[in-house]
Amino acid sequence: MTAVLPSRPARERPVGGRLIDQFEFGLDAPICLTWELTYACNLACVHCLSSSGRRDPRELSTAEAEAVIDELQRMQVFYVNVGGGEPTVRPDFWHLLDYAIGHDVGVKFSTNGIKLDKARAQQLARTDYVDVQISLDGATAEVNDAVRGTGSFATATRALSNLAEAGMRDFKVSVVVTRENAGQLDEFRALTDSYGAQLRITRFRPSGRGADVWDRLHPTQAQQRDLYQWLLANGDQVLTGDSFFHLSALGEALPGLNLCGAGRVVCLIDPVGDVYACPFAIHENFLAGNVRSEGGFQRVWQHSELFADLRNPQTGGACTKCQHFDSCRGGCMAAKFFTGLPLDGPDPECVQGYGETALAARDLALAPPKSHLDHSHSGPVRGQPTLLGMPALPPAKACDESPLAGLDLR
Amino acid sequence: MRGVLIDAALVSGTVPGGPRAAGPDVAFDPELPWQRSRSVALRPEPFGALVYHFGNRKLSFLKSQTLVRVVETLADHPSATATLVACDVPEAQRPAYVKALADLSRSSMIELRKAPA
Repeated sequence: MTAVLPSRPARERPVGGRLIDQFEFGLDAPICLTWELTYACNLACVHCLSSSGRRDPRELSTAEAEAVIDELQRMQVFYVNVGGGEPTVRPDFWHLLDYAIGHDVGVKFSTNGIKLDKARAQQLARTDYVDVQISLDGATAEVNDAVRGTGSFATATRALSNLAEAGMRDFKVSVVVTRENAGQLDEFRALTDSYGAQLRITRFRPSGRGADVWDRLHPTQAQQRDLYQWLLANGDQVLTGDSFFHLSALGEALPGLNLCGAGRVVCLIDPVGDVYACPFAIHENFLAGNVRSEGGFQRVWQHSELFADLRNPQTGGACTKCQHFDSCRGGCMAAKFFTGLPLDGPDPECVQGYGETALAARDLALAPPKSHLDHSHSGPVRGQPTLLGMPALPPAKACDESPLAGLDLR
Repeated sequence: MRGVLIDAALVSGTVPGGPRAAGPDVAFDPELPWQRSRSVALRPEPFGALVYHFGNRKLSFLKSQTLVRVVETLADHPSATATLVACDVPEAQRPAYVKALADLSRSSMIELRKAPA
Protein backbone atom coordinates (compact mmCIF):
# COMPACT_ATOMS: atom_id res chain seq x y z
CA MET A 1 0.00 0.00 0.00
CA THR A 2 1.47 3.33 -0.94
CA ALA A 3 1.12 6.30 1.31
CA VAL A 4 -1.63 8.46 -0.15
CA LEU A 5 -1.72 11.23 2.34
CA PRO A 6 0.51 14.23 2.49
CA SER A 7 2.90 13.43 5.31
CA ARG A 8 1.47 14.16 8.69
CA PRO A 9 3.61 14.10 11.78
CA ALA A 10 2.27 11.59 14.32
CA ARG A 11 0.70 13.36 17.25
CA GLU A 12 -0.40 12.24 20.68
CA ARG A 13 -4.09 11.84 21.37
CA PRO A 14 -5.23 14.75 23.59
CA VAL A 15 -6.70 14.03 27.00
CA GLY A 16 -10.19 15.47 27.45
CA GLY A 17 -11.41 18.24 25.17
CA ARG A 18 -13.91 18.02 22.35
CA LEU A 19 -15.15 14.68 21.06
CA ILE A 20 -14.44 15.68 17.48
CA ASP A 21 -10.75 16.00 18.37
CA GLN A 22 -10.89 12.52 19.87
CA PHE A 23 -12.58 11.14 16.76
CA GLU A 24 -9.76 12.47 14.59
CA PHE A 25 -7.48 10.02 16.35
CA GLY A 26 -9.81 7.12 15.65
CA LEU A 27 -11.77 4.68 17.78
CA ASP A 28 -11.02 1.09 18.83
CA ALA A 29 -13.88 -0.02 16.58
CA PRO A 30 -15.98 1.94 14.09
CA ILE A 31 -19.11 3.67 15.38
CA CYS A 32 -20.81 1.99 12.49
CA LEU A 33 -19.70 0.81 9.10
CA THR A 34 -21.02 0.33 5.63
CA TRP A 35 -21.11 -3.20 4.33
CA GLU A 36 -21.87 -3.76 0.70
CA LEU A 37 -23.09 -7.32 0.37
CA THR A 38 -22.98 -7.66 -3.40
CA TYR A 39 -22.01 -5.77 -6.52
CA ALA A 40 -25.06 -7.25 -8.27
CA CYS A 41 -27.87 -4.81 -9.01
CA ASN A 42 -31.00 -4.83 -11.11
CA LEU A 43 -30.53 -1.13 -11.86
CA ALA A 44 -27.78 0.83 -13.59
CA CYS A 45 -28.00 4.25 -11.89
CA VAL A 46 -25.77 6.75 -13.65
CA HIS A 47 -24.19 7.95 -10.39
CA CYS A 48 -23.65 4.60 -8.62
CA LEU A 49 -20.90 5.13 -6.03
CA SER A 50 -19.67 1.54 -6.35
CA SER A 51 -20.08 1.06 -10.14
CA SER A 52 -22.35 -1.87 -9.38
CA GLY A 53 -24.23 -4.12 -11.77
CA ARG A 54 -22.67 -7.56 -12.01
CA ARG A 55 -21.98 -9.90 -9.09
CA ASP A 56 -18.31 -10.51 -8.33
CA PRO A 57 -17.48 -14.23 -8.23
CA ARG A 58 -15.25 -13.66 -5.19
CA GLU A 59 -18.04 -12.27 -2.99
CA LEU A 60 -18.13 -13.47 0.62
CA SER A 61 -19.99 -16.73 1.15
CA THR A 62 -22.78 -17.02 3.69
CA ALA A 63 -20.39 -18.60 6.20
CA GLU A 64 -17.80 -15.88 5.66
CA ALA A 65 -20.44 -13.17 6.08
CA GLU A 66 -21.59 -14.81 9.32
CA ALA A 67 -18.00 -14.80 10.54
CA VAL A 68 -17.79 -11.05 9.86
CA ILE A 69 -20.97 -10.54 11.89
CA ASP A 70 -19.52 -12.60 14.77
CA GLU A 71 -16.48 -10.38 14.70
CA LEU A 72 -18.52 -7.17 14.66
CA GLN A 73 -20.42 -8.47 17.67
CA ARG A 74 -17.14 -9.13 19.53
CA MET A 75 -15.91 -5.63 18.66
CA GLN A 76 -19.24 -4.16 19.77
CA VAL A 77 -20.04 -2.52 16.46
CA PHE A 78 -23.69 -1.98 17.26
CA TYR A 79 -24.98 -1.50 13.78
CA VAL A 80 -24.07 -1.65 10.12
CA ASN A 81 -25.36 0.12 7.04
CA VAL A 82 -25.90 -2.61 4.51
CA GLY A 83 -25.92 -1.73 0.83
CA GLY A 84 -24.55 -2.83 -2.50
CA GLY A 85 -25.30 -3.23 -5.32
CA GLU A 86 -28.79 -4.20 -4.40
CA PRO A 87 -28.33 -6.22 -1.21
CA THR A 88 -31.73 -7.91 -1.34
CA VAL A 89 -30.86 -9.77 -4.54
CA ARG A 90 -28.44 -11.91 -2.54
CA PRO A 91 -30.35 -15.14 -1.89
CA ASP A 92 -29.08 -15.27 1.72
CA PHE A 93 -29.91 -11.61 2.42
CA TRP A 94 -32.86 -12.35 4.73
CA HIS A 95 -30.86 -15.00 6.56
CA LEU A 96 -27.92 -12.63 7.12
CA LEU A 97 -30.32 -9.94 8.32
CA ASP A 98 -31.70 -12.27 11.00
CA TYR A 99 -28.23 -13.54 11.84
CA ALA A 100 -26.92 -10.00 12.43
CA ILE A 101 -29.88 -8.97 14.55
CA GLY A 102 -29.56 -12.18 16.57
CA HIS A 103 -25.94 -11.22 17.27
CA ASP A 104 -26.56 -7.69 18.53
CA VAL A 105 -25.55 -6.08 15.25
CA GLY A 106 -28.42 -3.88 14.12
CA VAL A 107 -28.95 -3.48 10.41
CA LYS A 108 -29.95 -0.52 8.33
CA PHE A 109 -30.14 -1.49 4.71
CA SER A 110 -30.47 0.57 1.56
CA THR A 111 -32.53 -0.82 -1.27
CA ASN A 112 -34.21 0.29 -4.46
CA GLY A 113 -37.27 -1.59 -3.23
CA ILE A 114 -37.28 -4.33 -5.85
CA LYS A 115 -37.87 -7.15 -3.34
CA LEU A 116 -40.09 -5.34 -0.85
CA ASP A 117 -43.44 -6.88 -1.64
CA LYS A 118 -46.27 -6.98 0.90
CA ALA A 119 -45.00 -10.15 2.58
CA ARG A 120 -41.45 -8.82 3.04
CA ALA A 121 -42.80 -5.50 4.26
CA GLN A 122 -44.81 -7.32 6.93
CA GLN A 123 -41.79 -9.38 7.90
CA LEU A 124 -39.71 -6.20 8.31
CA ALA A 125 -42.44 -4.49 10.31
CA ARG A 126 -42.35 -7.40 12.76
CA THR A 127 -38.55 -7.31 13.09
CA ASP A 128 -36.99 -5.18 15.76
CA TYR A 129 -33.67 -3.57 15.23
CA VAL A 130 -33.84 -3.23 11.49
CA ASP A 131 -34.08 -0.01 9.49
CA VAL A 132 -34.93 0.29 5.83
CA GLN A 133 -33.86 3.02 3.44
CA ILE A 134 -35.48 3.28 0.05
CA SER A 135 -33.38 5.16 -2.49
CA LEU A 136 -35.09 7.82 -4.54
CA ASP A 137 -33.28 10.53 -6.47
CA GLY A 138 -36.21 12.54 -7.70
CA ALA A 139 -39.48 13.57 -6.07
CA THR A 140 -41.11 12.90 -9.43
CA ALA A 141 -40.74 9.91 -11.74
CA GLU A 142 -39.35 12.16 -14.43
CA VAL A 143 -36.41 13.41 -12.39
CA ASN A 144 -35.81 10.10 -10.61
CA ASP A 145 -35.97 7.80 -13.59
CA ALA A 146 -33.58 9.86 -15.72
CA VAL A 147 -30.89 8.98 -13.19
CA ARG A 148 -32.02 5.62 -11.78
CA GLY A 149 -33.85 4.11 -14.75
CA THR A 150 -37.35 3.82 -16.16
CA GLY A 151 -39.77 2.30 -13.67
CA SER A 152 -37.50 2.79 -10.65
CA PHE A 153 -39.73 5.53 -9.18
CA ALA A 154 -42.70 3.17 -9.38
CA THR A 155 -40.70 0.36 -7.75
CA ALA A 156 -39.57 2.60 -4.90
CA THR A 157 -42.98 4.10 -4.19
CA ARG A 158 -44.61 0.66 -4.31
CA ALA A 159 -42.11 -0.48 -1.64
CA LEU A 160 -42.88 2.64 0.41
CA SER A 161 -46.62 1.89 0.22
CA ASN A 162 -46.05 -1.70 1.25
CA LEU A 163 -43.96 -0.65 4.25
CA ALA A 164 -46.48 1.98 5.34
CA GLU A 165 -49.36 -0.44 4.92
CA ALA A 166 -47.53 -3.10 6.96
CA GLY A 167 -47.21 -0.64 9.83
CA MET A 168 -43.42 -0.33 9.56
CA ARG A 169 -42.17 2.67 11.50
CA ASP A 170 -39.22 4.98 11.00
CA PHE A 171 -38.27 3.81 7.55
CA LYS A 172 -36.34 6.25 5.42
CA VAL A 173 -36.41 7.74 1.97
CA SER A 174 -32.79 8.25 0.97
CA VAL A 175 -31.95 10.97 -1.53
CA VAL A 176 -28.65 11.91 -3.12
CA VAL A 177 -28.82 15.65 -3.74
CA THR A 178 -28.05 16.53 -7.37
CA ARG A 179 -28.42 19.54 -9.63
CA GLU A 180 -31.63 17.98 -10.96
CA ASN A 181 -33.38 17.40 -7.62
CA ALA A 182 -31.89 20.11 -5.38
CA GLY A 183 -35.00 22.21 -6.03
CA GLN A 184 -37.30 19.40 -4.88
CA LEU A 185 -36.39 19.23 -1.19
CA ASP A 186 -39.83 20.38 -0.02
CA GLU A 187 -41.47 17.94 -2.41
CA PHE A 188 -39.32 15.15 -1.01
CA ARG A 189 -40.45 16.13 2.47
CA ALA A 190 -44.09 16.01 1.43
CA LEU A 191 -43.68 12.67 -0.34
CA THR A 192 -41.84 11.18 2.63
CA ASP A 193 -44.43 12.49 5.10
CA SER A 194 -47.23 10.96 3.05
CA TYR A 195 -45.80 7.50 3.82
CA GLY A 196 -45.05 8.31 7.45
CA ALA A 197 -41.37 7.92 6.65
CA GLN A 198 -38.33 10.03 7.41
CA LEU A 199 -36.26 11.91 4.84
CA ARG A 200 -32.54 11.34 4.55
CA ILE A 201 -30.49 13.42 2.14
CA THR A 202 -26.83 12.93 1.42
CA ARG A 203 -24.12 14.47 -0.65
CA PHE A 204 -23.39 13.37 -4.21
CA ARG A 205 -19.74 12.36 -4.59
CA PRO A 206 -17.69 11.74 -7.75
CA SER A 207 -17.21 8.08 -6.77
CA GLY A 208 -17.74 5.06 -9.02
CA ARG A 209 -19.90 5.99 -12.00
CA GLY A 210 -20.60 9.24 -10.13
CA ALA A 211 -17.30 10.49 -11.52
CA ASP A 212 -18.66 10.22 -15.07
CA VAL A 213 -21.63 12.49 -14.37
CA TRP A 214 -20.25 14.66 -11.60
CA ASP A 215 -19.67 17.75 -13.76
CA ARG A 216 -23.22 17.53 -14.93
CA LEU A 217 -25.01 16.54 -11.71
CA HIS A 218 -23.23 18.08 -8.75
CA PRO A 219 -25.18 20.99 -7.26
CA THR A 220 -24.26 24.52 -8.31
CA GLN A 221 -22.85 27.00 -5.79
CA ALA A 222 -26.25 28.72 -5.66
CA GLN A 223 -27.94 25.38 -4.97
CA GLN A 224 -25.43 24.65 -2.23
CA ARG A 225 -26.25 27.94 -0.53
CA ASP A 226 -29.98 27.18 -0.77
CA LEU A 227 -29.37 23.70 0.58
CA TYR A 228 -27.47 25.13 3.53
CA GLN A 229 -30.35 27.48 4.36
CA TRP A 230 -32.81 24.62 3.96
CA LEU A 231 -30.77 22.46 6.33
CA LEU A 232 -30.61 25.23 8.92
CA ALA A 233 -34.40 25.55 8.73
CA ASN A 234 -35.33 21.85 8.43
CA GLY A 235 -32.24 20.09 9.72
CA ASP A 236 -33.59 18.50 12.85
CA GLN A 237 -36.33 16.74 10.88
CA VAL A 238 -33.95 15.31 8.33
CA LEU A 239 -31.09 12.82 8.44
CA THR A 240 -27.96 13.68 6.51
CA GLY A 241 -25.36 11.11 7.50
CA ASP A 242 -23.46 14.29 8.41
CA SER A 243 -22.39 14.36 4.79
CA PHE A 244 -22.79 18.10 4.19
CA PHE A 245 -20.19 19.31 6.64
CA HIS A 246 -18.38 21.18 3.86
CA LEU A 247 -21.35 23.60 3.90
CA SER A 248 -20.50 24.63 7.46
CA ALA A 249 -17.94 27.04 6.01
CA LEU A 250 -20.92 29.23 5.01
CA GLY A 251 -21.32 30.32 8.62
CA GLU A 252 -23.08 28.53 11.41
CA ALA A 253 -21.89 24.93 11.78
CA LEU A 254 -24.47 22.35 10.79
CA PRO A 255 -25.50 20.02 13.58
CA GLY A 256 -23.74 16.68 13.58
CA LEU A 257 -20.22 15.47 13.24
CA ASN A 258 -18.34 18.03 11.18
CA LEU A 259 -15.49 15.76 10.32
CA CYS A 260 -14.41 13.26 7.72
CA GLY A 261 -14.90 9.95 9.50
CA ALA A 262 -13.00 7.83 6.96
CA GLY A 263 -10.91 5.20 8.70
CA ARG A 264 -11.45 7.03 11.98
CA VAL A 265 -15.04 6.28 12.98
CA VAL A 266 -16.42 4.59 9.85
CA CYS A 267 -15.23 2.41 6.97
CA LEU A 268 -16.48 0.16 4.19
CA ILE A 269 -16.41 -3.61 3.81
CA ASP A 270 -17.01 -4.37 0.14
CA PRO A 271 -18.63 -7.54 -1.25
CA VAL A 272 -15.32 -9.38 -1.59
CA GLY A 273 -14.29 -8.49 1.97
CA ASP A 274 -11.94 -5.64 1.11
CA VAL A 275 -11.90 -2.91 3.74
CA TYR A 276 -11.78 0.68 2.44
CA ALA A 277 -11.59 3.90 4.42
CA CYS A 278 -15.09 4.93 3.35
CA PRO A 279 -17.89 3.85 1.00
CA PHE A 280 -16.99 6.63 -1.41
CA ALA A 281 -13.35 5.63 -1.65
CA ILE A 282 -13.28 2.33 -3.53
CA HIS A 283 -9.77 2.73 -4.87
CA GLU A 284 -6.52 0.89 -4.21
CA ASN A 285 -5.12 3.92 -2.42
CA PHE A 286 -7.78 3.65 0.26
CA LEU A 287 -7.72 -0.13 0.60
CA ALA A 288 -6.67 -1.07 4.13
CA GLY A 289 -6.90 -4.87 3.96
CA ASN A 290 -9.32 -7.76 3.67
CA VAL A 291 -11.52 -9.45 6.27
CA ARG A 292 -10.38 -12.84 4.94
CA SER A 293 -6.78 -12.22 5.98
CA GLU A 294 -5.36 -13.38 9.29
CA GLY A 295 -6.65 -11.32 12.18
CA GLY A 296 -9.80 -10.49 10.22
CA PHE A 297 -11.53 -7.15 10.26
CA GLN A 298 -10.27 -6.24 13.71
CA ARG A 299 -6.64 -6.36 12.67
CA VAL A 300 -7.37 -4.26 9.59
CA TRP A 301 -9.23 -1.65 11.62
CA GLN A 302 -6.71 -1.45 14.41
CA HIS A 303 -3.41 -2.02 12.64
CA SER A 304 -3.53 -1.01 8.99
CA GLU A 305 -0.95 1.59 8.05
CA LEU A 306 -3.47 3.48 5.97
CA PHE A 307 -5.89 3.89 8.86
CA ALA A 308 -3.06 4.89 11.19
CA ASP A 309 -2.19 7.59 8.65
CA LEU A 310 -5.79 8.80 8.44
CA ARG A 311 -5.86 9.09 12.23
CA ASN A 312 -3.17 11.74 12.24
CA PRO A 313 -5.02 15.04 12.04
CA GLN A 314 -4.16 17.23 9.09
CA THR A 315 -1.80 20.00 10.07
CA GLY A 316 -0.51 21.25 6.72
CA GLY A 317 -1.85 22.25 3.33
CA ALA A 318 -3.63 25.29 1.98
CA CYS A 319 -6.86 24.66 3.87
CA THR A 320 -5.35 24.79 7.33
CA LYS A 321 -4.57 28.46 6.73
CA CYS A 322 -8.20 29.27 5.92
CA GLN A 323 -10.35 30.85 8.61
CA HIS A 324 -13.11 28.31 7.90
CA PHE A 325 -10.94 25.23 8.35
CA ASP A 326 -12.30 24.52 11.80
CA SER A 327 -15.85 24.37 10.36
CA CYS A 328 -15.34 22.30 7.23
CA ARG A 329 -12.04 20.54 7.99
CA GLY A 330 -11.16 20.68 4.32
CA GLY A 331 -14.24 18.76 3.20
CA CYS A 332 -14.56 15.32 1.68
CA MET A 333 -11.46 13.26 0.95
CA ALA A 334 -13.16 11.16 -1.73
CA ALA A 335 -14.56 14.21 -3.52
CA LYS A 336 -11.08 15.69 -3.75
CA PHE A 337 -9.39 12.48 -4.79
CA PHE A 338 -11.74 11.55 -7.62
CA THR A 339 -11.73 15.06 -9.07
CA GLY A 340 -7.92 14.98 -9.14
CA LEU A 341 -7.39 17.51 -6.35
CA PRO A 342 -4.74 17.19 -3.65
CA LEU A 343 -6.03 15.74 -0.38
CA ASP A 344 -4.72 18.59 1.74
CA GLY A 345 -6.30 21.22 -0.52
CA PRO A 346 -9.89 22.42 -0.83
CA ASP A 347 -12.95 20.29 -1.53
CA PRO A 348 -14.06 20.68 -5.20
CA GLU A 349 -17.36 22.09 -3.90
CA CYS A 350 -15.70 24.39 -1.34
CA VAL A 351 -18.37 26.99 -0.62
CA GLN A 352 -15.75 29.70 -0.35
CA GLY A 353 -14.92 29.16 -4.01
CA TYR A 354 -11.41 27.76 -3.51
CA GLY A 355 -12.50 24.43 -5.03
CA GLU A 356 -13.36 26.01 -8.36
CA THR A 357 -10.01 27.74 -8.45
CA ALA A 358 -8.26 24.47 -7.68
CA LEU A 359 -10.26 22.62 -10.35
CA ALA A 360 -9.34 25.24 -12.93
CA ALA A 361 -5.68 24.94 -11.98
CA ARG A 362 -5.57 21.16 -12.45
CA ASP A 363 -3.13 19.82 -14.95
CA LEU A 364 -5.59 18.58 -17.56
CA ALA A 365 -2.96 16.27 -19.00
CA LEU A 366 -3.34 14.21 -15.82
CA ALA A 367 -6.60 12.30 -15.74
CA PRO A 368 -8.24 12.09 -12.30
CA PRO A 369 -7.69 8.72 -10.62
CA LYS A 370 -10.14 5.94 -11.49
CA SER A 371 -11.15 2.99 -9.37
CA HIS A 372 -9.60 -0.34 -10.35
CA LEU A 373 -13.04 -1.93 -9.97
CA ASP A 374 -16.01 -1.66 -12.28
CA HIS A 375 -18.91 -4.08 -12.00
CA SER A 376 -21.18 -2.10 -14.32
CA HIS A 377 -23.48 -4.13 -16.53
CA SER A 378 -21.71 -4.75 -19.79
CA GLY A 379 -24.82 -4.88 -21.95
CA PRO A 380 -28.02 -2.86 -22.07
CA VAL A 381 -30.24 -2.95 -18.96
CA ARG A 382 -34.01 -2.84 -19.05
CA GLY A 383 -35.18 0.67 -18.28
CA GLN A 384 -31.63 1.99 -18.45
CA PRO A 385 -31.42 5.64 -17.33
CA THR A 386 -31.64 8.17 -20.09
CA LEU A 387 -29.79 11.05 -18.48
CA LEU A 388 -26.91 10.54 -20.85
CA GLY A 389 -29.20 10.01 -23.82
CA MET A 390 -30.45 6.78 -25.33
CA PRO A 391 -27.78 4.15 -25.89
CA ALA A 392 -26.69 4.24 -29.51
CA LEU A 393 -27.30 1.07 -31.48
CA PRO A 394 -25.07 0.60 -34.47
CA PRO A 395 -27.10 0.51 -37.69
CA ALA A 396 -27.45 -3.03 -38.99
CA LYS A 397 -27.31 -1.88 -42.59
CA ALA A 398 -26.69 1.48 -44.17
CA CYS A 399 -30.34 1.78 -45.11
CA ASP A 400 -31.30 2.06 -41.38
CA GLU A 401 -29.52 5.40 -41.31
CA SER A 402 -31.02 6.85 -44.43
CA PRO A 403 -33.14 5.39 -47.23
CA LEU A 404 -30.85 7.18 -49.62
CA ALA A 405 -27.64 5.86 -48.12
CA GLY A 406 -25.19 4.79 -50.71
CA LEU A 407 -27.38 5.99 -53.55
CA ASP A 408 -25.30 7.73 -56.13
CA LEU A 409 -27.49 10.18 -57.98
CA ARG A 410 -24.86 11.36 -60.40
CA MET B 1 -30.09 16.59 11.66
CA ARG B 2 -28.08 14.28 13.70
CA GLY B 3 -26.95 11.62 11.51
CA VAL B 4 -23.33 11.18 12.16
CA LEU B 5 -22.33 9.34 9.04
CA ILE B 6 -24.01 7.32 11.11
CA ASP B 7 -27.63 8.18 11.48
CA ALA B 8 -28.07 7.16 15.10
CA ALA B 9 -28.80 10.08 17.35
CA LEU B 10 -25.93 11.46 19.31
CA VAL B 11 -27.59 12.22 22.54
CA SER B 12 -25.25 13.77 25.01
CA GLY B 13 -23.96 17.28 24.62
CA THR B 14 -21.40 16.60 21.98
CA VAL B 15 -22.65 18.72 19.14
CA PRO B 16 -24.23 22.14 19.30
CA GLY B 17 -27.89 21.94 18.38
CA GLY B 18 -27.54 18.29 17.51
CA PRO B 19 -28.74 16.27 20.44
CA ARG B 20 -32.42 16.25 20.92
CA ALA B 21 -33.29 13.60 23.39
CA ALA B 22 -36.64 11.98 23.07
CA GLY B 23 -38.57 10.66 26.01
CA PRO B 24 -40.09 12.34 28.99
CA ASP B 25 -38.12 15.28 30.25
CA VAL B 26 -38.18 14.36 33.92
CA ALA B 27 -35.86 16.30 36.17
CA PHE B 28 -32.86 14.24 37.21
CA ASP B 29 -32.62 13.71 40.95
CA PRO B 30 -29.05 12.80 42.01
CA GLU B 31 -30.26 11.72 45.43
CA LEU B 32 -32.16 8.75 44.02
CA PRO B 33 -30.69 5.32 43.24
CA TRP B 34 -29.73 4.94 39.55
CA GLN B 35 -28.21 2.30 37.35
CA ARG B 36 -27.02 1.85 33.81
CA SER B 37 -30.10 0.91 31.78
CA ARG B 38 -30.41 -2.79 31.22
CA SER B 39 -30.54 -2.39 27.44
CA VAL B 40 -27.40 -0.26 27.34
CA ALA B 41 -23.90 -1.45 26.45
CA LEU B 42 -20.66 0.43 27.06
CA ARG B 43 -17.78 -0.01 24.65
CA PRO B 44 -14.41 1.07 26.04
CA GLU B 45 -12.59 3.74 24.01
CA PRO B 46 -9.25 5.47 24.60
CA PHE B 47 -11.00 8.60 25.89
CA GLY B 48 -13.88 6.99 27.76
CA ALA B 49 -16.63 4.91 26.23
CA LEU B 50 -19.23 4.67 23.54
CA VAL B 51 -22.70 4.11 24.94
CA TYR B 52 -25.35 2.31 22.94
CA HIS B 53 -28.99 1.74 23.78
CA PHE B 54 -30.35 -1.36 22.05
CA GLY B 55 -33.92 -0.24 22.57
CA ASN B 56 -34.02 3.30 21.25
CA ARG B 57 -30.81 2.86 19.21
CA LYS B 58 -29.32 6.03 20.57
CA LEU B 59 -25.62 6.53 20.69
CA SER B 60 -23.69 8.61 23.13
CA PHE B 61 -20.16 9.05 24.41
CA LEU B 62 -18.70 9.25 27.86
CA LYS B 63 -15.84 11.67 27.63
CA SER B 64 -13.76 10.58 30.60
CA GLN B 65 -12.70 7.39 32.30
CA THR B 66 -14.08 8.74 35.57
CA LEU B 67 -17.51 9.19 34.02
CA VAL B 68 -17.30 5.60 32.75
CA ARG B 69 -16.56 4.44 36.31
CA VAL B 70 -19.46 6.52 37.63
CA VAL B 71 -21.96 5.04 35.16
CA GLU B 72 -20.69 1.50 35.74
CA THR B 73 -20.91 1.75 39.53
CA LEU B 74 -24.17 3.70 39.90
CA ALA B 75 -25.88 0.44 40.79
CA ASP B 76 -23.52 -0.15 43.74
CA HIS B 77 -24.40 3.02 45.60
CA PRO B 78 -27.54 4.38 47.25
CA SER B 79 -27.59 7.49 45.07
CA ALA B 80 -25.88 9.21 42.16
CA THR B 81 -24.31 11.67 44.58
CA ALA B 82 -22.88 8.82 46.64
CA THR B 83 -21.45 7.32 43.46
CA LEU B 84 -19.68 10.60 42.62
CA VAL B 85 -18.15 10.67 46.08
CA ALA B 86 -17.08 7.04 45.83
CA CYS B 87 -15.45 7.70 42.47
CA ASP B 88 -13.46 10.63 43.91
CA VAL B 89 -15.05 13.24 41.67
CA PRO B 90 -13.73 16.57 43.02
CA GLU B 91 -16.42 18.74 44.56
CA ALA B 92 -15.90 21.48 41.96
CA GLN B 93 -16.58 19.07 39.09
CA ARG B 94 -19.71 17.49 40.56
CA PRO B 95 -22.21 19.87 38.92
CA ALA B 96 -20.75 18.95 35.50
CA TYR B 97 -21.08 15.25 36.31
CA VAL B 98 -24.66 15.71 37.52
CA LYS B 99 -25.44 17.46 34.26
CA ALA B 100 -23.86 14.63 32.26
CA LEU B 101 -25.92 12.09 34.22
CA ALA B 102 -29.07 14.16 33.66
CA ASP B 103 -28.39 14.06 29.90
CA LEU B 104 -27.90 10.31 30.10
CA SER B 105 -31.16 9.83 32.00
CA ARG B 106 -33.05 11.94 29.48
CA SER B 107 -31.96 9.61 26.71
CA SER B 108 -32.68 6.54 28.89
CA MET B 109 -29.02 5.53 29.05
CA ILE B 110 -29.36 5.35 32.83
CA GLU B 111 -32.55 4.51 34.69
CA LEU B 112 -33.95 4.68 38.19
CA ARG B 113 -33.36 1.58 40.25
CA LYS B 114 -36.54 0.12 41.67
CA ALA B 115 -35.28 -1.46 44.89
CA PRO B 116 -32.84 0.68 46.89
CA ALA B 117 -29.36 -0.78 47.17
